[in-house]
Amino acid sequence: MSLVSIRDVRKSFGANEVLKGVSLDIAKGDVVAIIGRSGSGKSTLLRCINGLETYQSGSITADGIEVAGANTNLRELRRHVGMVFQQFNLFPHLTAAENVMLAPTVVNKVSKAEARATAAEVLAKVGLSEKMDAYPSELSGGQQQRVAIARSLAMRPKVLLCDEITSALDPELVNEVLRVVEQLAREGMTLILVTHEMRFARDVGTKLVFMHHGKVHEEGVPKEVFAAPRTPELQQFVGQVG
Amino acid sequence: MSYKLQFAELLPYWNVLLQGLVFTIVLTVVSTVAGIAVGTAGASARTFGPAWLGRIVAVYVELIRNTPFIVQLFFIFFGLPALGLKLSETTAAFLAMVINLGAYSTEIIRAGIEAVPKGHIEAGLSLAMTKWEVLRRIVLNQAFRKIYPALSSQIIIVMLGSAVVSQISAEDLTYAANFIASRNFRNFEVYLLVALAYLLLALLTRSLLRALGRVIFKAR
Repeated sequence: MSLVSIRDVRKSFGANEVLKGVSLDIAKGDVVAIIGRSGSGKSTLLRCINGLETYQSGSITADGIEVAGANTNLRELRRHVGMVFQQFNLFPHLTAAENVMLAPTVVNKVSKAEARATAAEVLAKVGLSEKMDAYPSELSGGQQQRVAIARSLAMRPKVLLCDEITSALDPELVNEVLRVVEQLAREGMTLILVTHEMRFARDVGTKLVFMHHGKVHEEGVPKEVFAAPRTPELQQFVGQVG
Repeated sequence: MSYKLQFAELLPYWNVLLQGLVFTIVLTVVSTVAGIAVGTAGASARTFGPAWLGRIVAVYVELIRNTPFIVQLFFIFFGLPALGLKLSETTAAFLAMVINLGAYSTEIIRAGIEAVPKGHIEAGLSLAMTKWEVLRRIVLNQAFRKIYPALSSQIIIVMLGSAVVSQISAEDLTYAANFIASRNFRNFEVYLLVALAYLLLALLTRSLLRALGRVIFKAR
């Protein structure tokens, strides 16, 4: 059974239809790279998966929970579906450790001490043990994004959604974040990434999804798809960004 | 132009002045705390609450911000008894102050809430926090940090504006001044002294609030 199942999802912003019937199946352990031009609907699709955006028709289930169900407990869903953003979105009034500890203490009612131990563990995982008590303003972009990843990991998600998480970074900081994601992939974390990092999509991804005009235009095994794109649109896209 | 200042004539009334000063200070402190509580609730309702509640708050805010404070005060003290609600001068003064600061601080705090990046709210929601947990743990702290100077100014404005409560015989500093002047006719001395007292009080409040801000928002 797939961990995330997307069935014929349609979504409009006013008269502008951005998702025109998207279907996608994501199994446990998949590393899905969603690529495509800006405006192709890839970020919107990602945001539909954890209910940050609503959709008009179709269905999405994540870990067996229907996202847009009438009685869906979005809180329950989001406990299992983490998200990392382009702009990091660390809480500036909290230290790195406090950022990581917030959701476990507030949502899971974990004790401060236990949350701090978890924070130490996940911050070590992203290589920031020595920055636990630093405020976001004292960290570089790459470090902030790694704290944001650790913050999601502290909730022990089954899926991690990554929305262009390296797009706001200076080029020399991109790799430190990608290395963390690659390590997560190796450990079997299910990842859905909207990304412009083609090499990363090819080398780390287990599945490539090319979105075009609100639809999944082409999908398959990354290495094969990149080596021989079937559609002219993907050929052109790969030619431009590759 | 040879007026001879005679402050000595105020001496017998020192306890009246002191009582007035204490009343003004207590009035300011209480209405600041309660007014900001009202403002926080109002701003939260307008930004995170249901639309109907937001509209009610909007009406309240516009009503208060677009009418004179003295009219609000008179309405509460002289008007409400017609509905059977008869309040003492003191209660009416406190109530009017809280309602007034509540409306202004609603707008100030709302501006602070709206200045918090939307991404922070989404990040909180994505971490499975509820809307209200996000408001309390993430948004309000940042909002207050941003609007603290504006809120401090509003507190000073309200403190100085509280002089108006003397008009319903609430026994504040200005009431004390009126009282003394009507007894010894030393208007010049009395109002000069009271003006200085307000000036001092305002400056003191300002530096107190600044120090308080440094303690509360000491991080970073």
